[in-house]
Amino acid sequence: MSKYHLDYLEQLEAESIHIFREVAAQFERPALLFSGGKDSITMVHLAKKAFAPGKIPFPLVHIDTGHNFPEALEFRDWLANEVNATLVVRKVEDTIKQKNLTEPKGKFPSRNWLQTYTLLDTIEEFKFDACIGGARRDEEKARAKERIFSVRDEFGQWNPKLQRPELWNIYNGRIHKGENVRVFPISNWTELDIWNYIRKENIDLPSIYFAHERQVIEHEGQLVAISEFVQPDASDVVLTKQVRYRTVGDMTCTAAVESAAANLDEVINEIIATRISERGETRIDDKVTEAAMEDRKKNGYF
Amino acid sequence: MDLLRFITAGSVDDGKSTLIGRLLYDSKNILIDQLEALEKSTKNRTDGSVDLALLTDGLRAEREQGITIDVAYRYFTTPKRKFIIADAPGHVQYTRNMITGASNASLIIVLVDARQGVVEQTRRHSIIASLLKIPHVVVAINKMDLVEYSQDVFNNIVIDYAEVAKQLGLKNVTYIPISALNGDNIVDKSEIIDWYDGKPLLEFLEEVDTAHDIDLDNARFQVQFVIRPQTEELHDYRGYAGKIISGIYKKGDKVKVLPAGLETSISKLEVGGREAEEVFAPQAAVIQLADDIDISRGDAIVKTEDTPVVSNELEVLLCWLDDKPLQTGNKYYLQHNSRLVRAVVKSIEYKLDVNTLQQQPVEGGVKLNEVVKATIRTASPLVYDPYDQFVVNGSAILVDETSNSTVAAVLLQ
Repeated sequence: MSKYHLDYLEQLEAESIHIFREVAAQFERPALLFSGGKDSITMVHLAKKAFAPGKIPFPLVHIDTGHNFPEALEFRDWLANEVNATLVVRKVEDTIKQKNLTEPKGKFPSRNWLQTYTLLDTIEEFKFDACIGGARRDEEKARAKERIFSVRDEFGQWNPKLQRPELWNIYNGRIHKGENVRVFPISNWTELDIWNYIRKENIDLPSIYFAHERQVIEHEGQLVAISEFVQPDASDVVLTKQVRYRTVGDMTCTAAVESAAANLDEVINEIIATRISERGETRIDDKVTEAAMEDRKKNGYF
Repeated sequence: MDLLRFITAGSVDDGKSTLIGRLLYDSKNILIDQLEALEKSTKNRTDGSVDLALLTDGLRAEREQGITIDVAYRYFTTPKRKFIIADAPGHVQYTRNMITGASNASLIIVLVDARQGVVEQTRRHSIIASLLKIPHVVVAINKMDLVEYSQDVFNNIVIDYAEVAKQLGLKNVTYIPISALNGDNIVDKSEIIDWYDGKPLLEFLEEVDTAHDIDLDNARFQVQFVIRPQTEELHDYRGYAGKIISGIYKKGDKVKVLPAGLETSISKLEVGGREAEEVFAPQAAVIQLADDIDISRGDAIVKTEDTPVVSNELEVLLCWLDDKPLQTGNKYYLQHNSRLVRAVVKSIEYKLDVNTLQQQPVEGGVKLNEVVKATIRTASPLVYDPYDQFVVNGSAILVDETSNSTVAAVLLQ
């Protein structure tokens, strides 16, 4: 192999860095939507490399549902400080109060859907014209069809039938006032690509991605951690299990995986061996309807 | 492990979705819950068996109507390669979708129905492949099970297609007899098609040599973003961030900044914050120059001994992608990599029939999916290479100033 050859991770990295730089150059007020999960942590790493030795030229924005893992929040604050980035946090809790929204009910009261309100308000507050998100096309069918630069109207809505053709590596970010663009720099990465890149680049992750002991209940075959937001019913059996998280979302809608994988090599081996997809294994809310994501995206979701 | 991007092209009933479903399924890239969802949606229909084509149908709107709206991207990995499939639908708006999907592909699978042979759609897909200069072509002759796995049928289609390929100047054409439905010659070599001694499709995709698809001889770079930290320790730092479009740059190289034409040399190279002695395509790099020159986004940095075309009068092929027709005299933005300039379409010479390649006169405006030869003038010069010689530095888009839509693919001549 010639020395002038990039392997697949280096190619993906180069593509993502190219996209980050296009965003910084084409937009006046971009923001990186930071969820606290491995995908957004990887994005921060890529953004850092894209603009080194300068700092990342846009803020990290966290839409805080109030249902986060404390480990993820702690890590978020540490990371923003580490890369010297501005961190903007807006709370779903406040939106619920201001707008008198109805809190979700039930055993797993997910505020996932309500995040959209806070996100759209935050976009308006800061006049963000580009929001960089960590969605990957391999995650889900609706995402497989979204462009890297995805124009949203003033209501934040995605119209799958009116997407701009995206040719070669040329990104058209021109928009009308009031519109914004969602940009997905890691569209072409798969879950395994992300993990392999984290290992290659030695990227730090919150501790909950690795095996630890936790009190859980079993719900439709998934393990859900007991927390102040999820309480066991009389019929639940509370178990203490060794688990790790494969994705990190809200405590109310993210399931744990039983695992003894304590380091990246072991986690990656388990993911290679698994026969269940990331969302299928860990998201409690996605099974509701096949088109759940399509509906949320059309309404302004990430 | 490296990366291969390919596109699948076929008309509506050629079995394209089944082929992709089969590739994902047989290479064990379908997971249990995805399969369960598939079985569930098959049950909602009436025909019973698991339909592999459903694996690739994305949106609910599409599933309800049984059509595909747009280009979808699929991913799968084998121990040898990571693959990105651009899956473009085969009906109305096909040209637009196919160009979108094909623009980044280094290989195209042209599906031919063994019962139909080379048809108008096959020719059209192949013409687009030749226009866009996709380096590798696989002609997958599908539904061999429906022609009793006949070698004669296969051979006749090969003879017919070879004629098309010759006419279009397509190189690197490979023919594979398959049955996507039954899995013949997809992942494993078919036992029934024993007269075929080539590789099954997946093995071919894993081994096709793409190392030479990237040009390492002619160095091209365009400034995307200027990095100026303006901190105390990096007070005078000024780095030009961009993608190495092609070729290799070394520290000390004598370079020319275009279109201004000023000469200087490379003082420092960086990739991802780390200093490098040399950088090469398609790395995302930062170049620092020995002299303080006024450089901004869209400017090109090339070697003094090898310079591209610098001009504001452009001969182009336009693939029209918008519902609103193009008229002579219309003004647009032209975006060439990161360079954005105002442009006017001065004249439209002829229309290219995408079925026959014949030149035809243009009457009225240029409509969606039409390909025309035109002359464009830009407000400031473009630094480019002819697309035929140099895809990555010869492509651009037109953007409508009022709708902001991407309205045309531009192949610079």
